[in-house]
Amino acid sequence: MFRNNYDNDSVTFSPQGRIFQVEYAQEAVKQGSVVVGIVSKTHAVLAALKRNAEELSSYQKKIIPIDTHFGIALAGLASDARVLSNFMKQQSLASRLTYDRPIFLSEITSRIGDRAQTNTQQYGKRPYGVGLLIAGVDAKGPHLFEFQPSGVTQEMIACGIGARSQMARTYLERNLDEFEGSSREELIKHALCALKDSLSQDKELTIDNTSLGVGGIDENFKMYEGQDIAGWLETAFESKAEGEEGGEGMEVDS
Amino acid sequence: MNHNPQAWGRPRDDVYGAYNSQYLPQHHGGPSAHPTTHTQSPIVTGTSVIAIKYSTGVVIAADNLASYGSLARFTDVKRLKPFNRKAVVGFGGDVSDMQYLDRLLSSLDVQENYSHNNDDPEDTKALMSAKNLHTYLAKVMYKRRSDFNPLWNSLLICGLDEKNKPFLATADLLGTTYSAPTLATGFGAHLAQPLLRKAVPDEEASQKLDKETAVEVVRECMKVLFYRDARSMNEYSIAVVDEKGVELKEKEKLENQSWAFADQIRGYGTQTV
Repeated sequence: MFRNNYDNDSVTFSPQGRIFQVEYAQEAVKQGSVVVGIVSKTHAVLAALKRNAEELSSYQKKIIPIDTHFGIALAGLASDARVLSNFMKQQSLASRLTYDRPIFLSEITSRIGDRAQTNTQQYGKRPYGVGLLIAGVDAKGPHLFEFQPSGVTQEMIACGIGARSQMARTYLERNLDEFEGSSREELIKHALCALKDSLSQDKELTIDNTSLGVGGIDENFKMYEGQDIAGWLETAFESKAEGEEGGEGMEVDS
Repeated sequence: MNHNPQAWGRPRDDVYGAYNSQYLPQHHGGPSAHPTTHTQSPIVTGTSVIAIKYSTGVVIAADNLASYGSLARFTDVKRLKPFNRKAVVGFGGDVSDMQYLDRLLSSLDVQENYSHNNDDPEDTKALMSAKNLHTYLAKVMYKRRSDFNPLWNSLLICGLDEKNKPFLATADLLGTTYSAPTLATGFGAHLAQPLLRKAVPDEEASQKLDKETAVEVVRECMKVLFYRDARSMNEYSIAVVDEKGVELKEKEKLENQSWAFADQIRGYGTQTV
């Protein structure tokens, strides 16, 4: 009759040593549309595919600037990301007020990591159903961090999370060596290419469904949307056609 | 015997009169309480701290005396506290409040070292700079004065900012802050600051000043302070902060003193006529 007795709350282990609620939360991340992040020696870039509920509605926000030096991209429950981003904004502001210094990305990441972890260990709470990519620049240079609902955080060179993100990750792994020395423009192109690779056959990147966030040394984190990214969308996929195995669907977007 | 068990075994009011609770605190039946006041004036104090910026760093000095009123009570109190390789704090004013702040800084240092482990000890990019520390201490001072429980200190915070440029600023018991190429607290603001300003009138001059001259000027000022400040002593600490780190000496003696001027001045020392 009962299929699974061990997924009612996030504090009970199954006999196999799993915590189902946390795994379900991680499924929520996989349902969200894809986001990609890459860092070079000088820049950190986020790229995201936005979804709209219906033709007539607006698109769901995917990139949230937190402070002048960094921002996040989300995959999963946007409402949970809102809670976390508000918390991150508060913490960033607190660092600026008390120390007059931009908060370290490793610091802010571990703080939301701690917060998310306690949710998986207290009765009556649920894990956050959102994965985040945290990208920007601090005193130690450009960084990209991945955050998962379990509270696990990792520093990454390049990362993709969300629906069909495996295709994006395959692209990132294939081009991994190029990222470190990439210029700002090259890095943006790589991020857009990775994003494009994860799209299904009938979809393409447009100025309406694509978001970009760019941060760099001596450059504030800035989000680009709409007409601002038209240029990149036109040029991003041209040069890539020469690459060894750029993939099949390489038609240039309008 | 009455029927109030709380009164049993106590002196009887009808025999001895009501107990005089005048000296007791309010929660023991004393008169309406006044606020605590013993934390609101300094008891054991340190005198001036002086500092000067030069081309690549900062020199700071303070003597090793803690006075109890006019009594030279403790002669081995170190009033310069290095925070990390980029910052030193000099404390004037109440010594117990200095010790409180010192503990606060120690825990801040531990926190800093835990939160981002600096793998490379030579890498100072991520270290908390003197500017960050000054902002923090100024907030602490202002918070305490807003609680009507001020930390009775004048602080000089010096070292390097996040771009490794020399940094020098002050924070006091009111949370007031300002910065200048030369700074002095307490009596030093009257006696040493003019001498420091003669050496370094503006920011531009401090960028041209070399370390040796800066140290020499500060030592000279410490001497003048000892001549004229009755709450000072002849042993002092001096620290130099630059990109190489903090170089702190805590047992310096004043050298080449000349008291020839003293007997010319009426009211200075014992007068025989």
